[in-house]
Amino acid sequence: MSTAYQIVVCGSIVPDPLQTLEPVASPTGPALKNDMMLPAWLDPWAGHALYEAANLAKQHAGSKVTLVSLGPKAKLQQVMMTVGQKVPFELVALDGSASGFTEPAETAAALVEAIAALPGLDKSKLLVFGGWESASRGAGVTMQCIAERLGISDVFLGVDELKVQPDGALDILERIEAGKHQISRCAAPPAVLGWATGNLPEPKNNPQVGMVNMRAVMPALQKAKPVKVAADGVTFASVALPKQMRDTRIVKDASPDEIAREIVEWIKK
Amino acid sequence: METILFLAHTETEGTLAKPALEALGAAKNLNAALPGSTLVAGLLGGNTQPAANQIAACGATKFLAVTGADFAASRYASDAAAAEALCKAAGATIVVAAGTARFNRCLPGVAQRLNGRADTHVSGFSAADGRVAVNRWYYRQRMEGSLTRTQRPWVVLVDPGSQTTWSGAVGTAAIEAVAVTLPDSARRTTVTGHREPAADAQTIRPDAQLLFVAGAGWTKKQADGQTHVPEAAKLILDFLKLTRSSLGSSKSLVDLGGEGQAVLPFMTHLNQIGQTGATPRHPKGLSTCCHGEEPHTVGWRFINERRAISLDANCGWARGKADVLYVADAFQVMAKVNALLAQG
Ligand SMILES: Cc1cc2nc3c(=O)[nH]c(=O)nc-3n(C[C@H](O)[C@H](O)[C@H](O)COP(=O)(O)OP(=O)(O)OC[C@H]3O[C@@H](n4cnc5c(N)ncnc54)[C@H](O)[C@@H]3O)c2cc1C
Repeated sequence: MSTAYQIVVCGSIVPDPLQTLEPVASPTGPALKNDMMLPAWLDPWAGHALYEAANLAKQHAGSKVTLVSLGPKAKLQQVMMTVGQKVPFELVALDGSASGFTEPAETAAALVEAIAALPGLDKSKLLVFGGWESASRGAGVTMQCIAERLGISDVFLGVDELKVQPDGALDILERIEAGKHQISRCAAPPAVLGWATGNLPEPKNNPQVGMVNMRAVMPALQKAKPVKVAADGVTFASVALPKQMRDTRIVKDASPDEIAREIVEWIKK
Repeated sequence: METILFLAHTETEGTLAKPALEALGAAKNLNAALPGSTLVAGLLGGNTQPAANQIAACGATKFLAVTGADFAASRYASDAAAAEALCKAAGATIVVAAGTARFNRCLPGVAQRLNGRADTHVSGFSAADGRVAVNRWYYRQRMEGSLTRTQRPWVVLVDPGSQTTWSGAVGTAAIEAVAVTLPDSARRTTVTGHREPAADAQTIRPDAQLLFVAGAGWTKKQADGQTHVPEAAKLILDFLKLTRSSLGSSKSLVDLGGEGQAVLPFMTHLNQIGQTGATPRHPKGLSTCCHGEEPHTVGWRFINERRAISLDANCGWARGKADVLYVADAFQVMAKVNALLAQG
């Protein structure tokens, strides 16, 4: 049995992890210093979700991948230039804050409104993907809020594998404690999956895919609806960088024997 | 007045694991810091009486439980239904639970269902003048925030390893059963099993004293112009066997596997530490053949004592990220370390 899936991937952007980040106070609560100047990336686990979605769509003829992305429009555009080269998808953009200090419940509400408005939405074919946590707020909450709002009661988090069975059931591997996976079988869509790393390497840039995507991506960005996501009800008492600098003792020119002795002593302490 | 619900799922034998007892420790502290607050215990699982007995002395005014075969396995729909019923039965305004894989999955959905809010990965609490604040990290452990919120119920998922466990005498607790009838829609998913590495290949040990990190250097060409991957594998596995450490990896090392290169066969993405990996908690960490770049070292946020062995005296570890950096060949050093450890 082959199903044509409607795969909706929820994914936004985060600052390049090689950048130094610093919190600052803003009128609307905490923010990142020079936020608009920081180069942005597709949120990594959401990226894995997108690549897994594209891979699944390729195996099931007639499937379609829609990336629903909420972030500041200018930065979304910058990131889509690269992401658009990777795999085929259609973009629905929402122009709003992608800050880690916003509420996942508010983000979810905006995303669900966009998902519900997708033309021809058919729950019996619907798989909602996203990252299991963002690299911004790192909460792992948005996907469950989306599931609840869409009335989907099959939710998986920390997914590393999805295999469609001949009868259409979905076999799903989720990360649990101590390096193990739980294996579940979900009868059929709809389901919500928060992806961990999965099994696919990042796809290479493909200019042809890029050309096709860009035709629709640019108008989608122009149409991006402004949405307000904040952190209603939340008061931050402080946001601060850790005192992380250590006074590193650098040991050069010691023999492997001496170093080994010191390490073993330290381990046993 | 806050009603604090300590919420826990039981393990297969019906008892509570360490993360749950840590959450109970946090709930107790909160209860003590909030005059007039009430502590209620809520349990869910295939069997809950052993857990109730285990925490009989915790001072909860009630022990509520959703019990039965339907609630034994970790499944979103049934877990959410049970947790929702327990929150309602308790009249909870604050829910304190362990951030286990099972609860991280279902409780944010329960908060949404109850018109409340959830905070995950909470690593600290404070309460002053009747106001509760929680601490959690943002941008993958780069900055720590302290926040309060007005929404209730407020579901707080406590990061395992961050709190002191509650301990007390085992007793006999009278459970008030909370009935939950699952609709068919909550049975569309069945848990069919677990996949875990063979016992000797089980390298991730959350309770280990030491995190041992292997970086991509182990698979790179060495001074003799050759790679020495089998030797690297043996040195690492021997060390793990001798110390029962937990094994972590840099991203570069696990990614090599995905690129089809012959690498350390016992390493997977689950071992990865950092920005797109794990942030485990261990008292000590030893990094080997890893450059200590920021996207890696953010995963070391909760490793207290840190040492590194790298050939590069200018690597990231040298710049305030480790307590000690040994500029040396890890192949040579680890061979000696293993020899010393084997001597006992
Ligand atoms: C979006 C994004 C997310 C990322 N997420 C992560 C993440 O989660 N985790 C992560 O680790 N990285 C992450 N990275 C990658 C990170 O920036 C580094 O590229 C990576 O950590 C480098 O791995 P490494 O130090 O093992 O390898 P290398 O940079 O190749 O360093 C190898 C080191 O081994 C040393 N060496 C070689 N031989 C020996 C020897 N015999 N003895 C001692 N030392 C030796 C070398 O001197 C060198 O310092 C991410 C990057 C991006 C862009």
